[in-house]
Amino acid sequence: MRMVQVGRWITAIALLLLVGVYLRALAYTPVEQSQGLAQKIFYLHVPAAIWAETAMILVGLSSAFYLFTKDPRLDRFAAASAEVGTIFCAIVLTTGPIWGKPIWGTWWTWDARLTFTLFLFLLYVGYLLLRSAVADPAMRARYAAVLGICAMCEVPFIHLSVYMFPTLHPMPIVLQPGRPKLPGSMLSTWLMSLGVFTLLYLGFMVQRYALSYLREELEAAGEVGHA
Amino acid sequence: MRSPNLLRHAWAVASKDLLVEFRSRTAILSVAVFVVLVLVVFNFGRDPTAVSNLDLAPSILWVTFTFAAILALNRAFQLELENHALEGLLLAPIDRSSIYLGKLIANLVFVATIELIGVPLLALFFNVLVLPYLAPLIAVIALATVGFVAVGTLFSAMTVRTRFAELLLPVLLLPFMIPPLSWAVLATGRLLAGRPLSEIAGWLNMLAVYDIVFVTLAVMLFPATVNE
Amino acid sequence: MLLAEELRHSFGAVRALDDVSFSVQPGQTLAVFGPNGAGKTTLLKVLAGLIQPQHGRAQVDGGRRAIGWIGHQPQLYGQLTVRENLRFWSSLYDAQPPGDLLTRLGLEEHADRPVRALSRGLVQRVAIARALVHDPTVLLLDEPFTGLDRIAAEALSRLLARHAAAGRATVLVTHNVEEGTGLATHVAFMRAGRFVHFAPRAGRGPEQVGEDYRNAIA
Repeated sequence: MRMVQVGRWITAIALLLLVGVYLRALAYTPVEQSQGLAQKIFYLHVPAAIWAETAMILVGLSSAFYLFTKDPRLDRFAAASAEVGTIFCAIVLTTGPIWGKPIWGTWWTWDARLTFTLFLFLLYVGYLLLRSAVADPAMRARYAAVLGICAMCEVPFIHLSVYMFPTLHPMPIVLQPGRPKLPGSMLSTWLMSLGVFTLLYLGFMVQRYALSYLREELEAAGEVGHA
Repeated sequence: MRSPNLLRHAWAVASKDLLVEFRSRTAILSVAVFVVLVLVVFNFGRDPTAVSNLDLAPSILWVTFTFAAILALNRAFQLELENHALEGLLLAPIDRSSIYLGKLIANLVFVATIELIGVPLLALFFNVLVLPYLAPLIAVIALATVGFVAVGTLFSAMTVRTRFAELLLPVLLLPFMIPPLSWAVLATGRLLAGRPLSEIAGWLNMLAVYDIVFVTLAVMLFPATVNE
Repeated sequence: MLLAEELRHSFGAVRALDDVSFSVQPGQTLAVFGPNGAGKTTLLKVLAGLIQPQHGRAQVDGGRRAIGWIGHQPQLYGQLTVRENLRFWSSLYDAQPPGDLLTRLGLEEHADRPVRALSRGLVQRVAIARALVHDPTVLLLDEPFTGLDRIAAEALSRLLARHAAAGRATVLVTHNVEEGTGLATHVAFMRAGRFVHFAPRAGRGPEQVGEDYRNAIA
């Protein structure tokens, strides 16, 4: 029980900080010339995208270690990371079109990065569906681990296949030497946002991890059927 | 010492599967009819004055193969669940991987049969010139098929033992099929348009890399799907 | 021939095996009796190498190649004939099915019929033949007599007696004390994953073993 509460606190703090970051973004960072206010969404969009992909790599790694050690904690970690990754993908997929409509003039386009995130989302959904379709906990963990590893290995191939199509997407500006620098206040706000999202990932993870632990205890006691 | 055994046992499993398939023939016949029907549906599901056959043919070919392959894959492990034959395979002194390889070979033969029916029908129905490009086309089809059948065979070993197996397999598999599929469509399009072979070398390389990665991965991961 | 050392295994919170140790020598037949859910099938699966125990080790001389398994399910392909099934399974053991196998089980006239066209009793006899295609030296039997018709049950008893007389080992698990006692040289009672009794049969008949069983399990 305590762990769930710790997770809730971390999440609550992260959400408060996110509000702070946005106040800062609206009040202190310059308005981007060509995109106007719509650009502000990028403080939400980019960190979420980074964590959506990182979460998948963490799913794959913990799955691989699970198959070697059979430690149920790794399985729980993978499951939690997949759930949080799904949420972050959903954030990217909602904020993307909101930004895309005023800037590109269309809600959806088969742009490489957008398509990539959609794939990632579908991989996560498949992973969670497989988990929910297997009743036996040991079998569920093994199956999920196999799929998790495959999904991680699939990520570079999706990169390869989506980037072959021409893209409208703004190229990454951060961390590109020799390009016009981001104004300092934008960069610092963005870095803060990345930090906040890291905290948010952590908070969600702790909560989901604790919940799946509790659910396993209940399943073991035979009190709930599998959802 | 080990690998000839691996392949011999894999072949034993595969030829058993093919014999079972040959005995009943219902699965291959249904999928063949399915291929014909999908091609017919495509003919009516398009406006021939708007898009030329040549532009549409690669997409038609690969969408048909995708759905036919998924139908075929579901069947592979179903056979082993009847009478718990899979348990017998696991009890035998053979490498777990040879069970996977056997299933993969049988599935490849099965899907290749479907493709063998599909390509001439596409040429016939949509009046596409296939013969001059036959050899490179076969290479594209073979490379793409190995990749997604390898992943599909691994996934079907898991999905058959879950609820709603028929639905879960495509949901899991389609995201994995799309990269090889998109490269195969692009390569097929170039081929049928009579472009030089050097233009498709890149896609072929990518398909080969995909095959190597996922066949290796599946051989390594399959034991985890059956070991308790 | 067969050795189990401190086997422990649980499924979630359920203890299926709790510190089980025993050995079976050539010519011996161990009958394990226990109620449903006592961990009998898990024990056999661990011995057969189907389940990796969480603790302890199980060893069979000759490994998986030496093991013959007869369980609830026939492990046969319905579309294939009896002969094709036996040929397939023996090929996995790099063996030839023994020439007299079909005769011993009274199956030669059905050899070229597909398994799914056979009656249940015949399928069970084919399943027994299937388990013997590679001439196993250790037999693992999971409720082998359940659902067998009289002819199949007699054929199985004869085969088991011959197997033991040839100096080979058998482990048989069942919840029915009547069915296996006659063949056993050793008897074990299993409850909640533990051997609560393990001793030579020492001439006890089914009634005596049955009474001991009720006392031990109650």
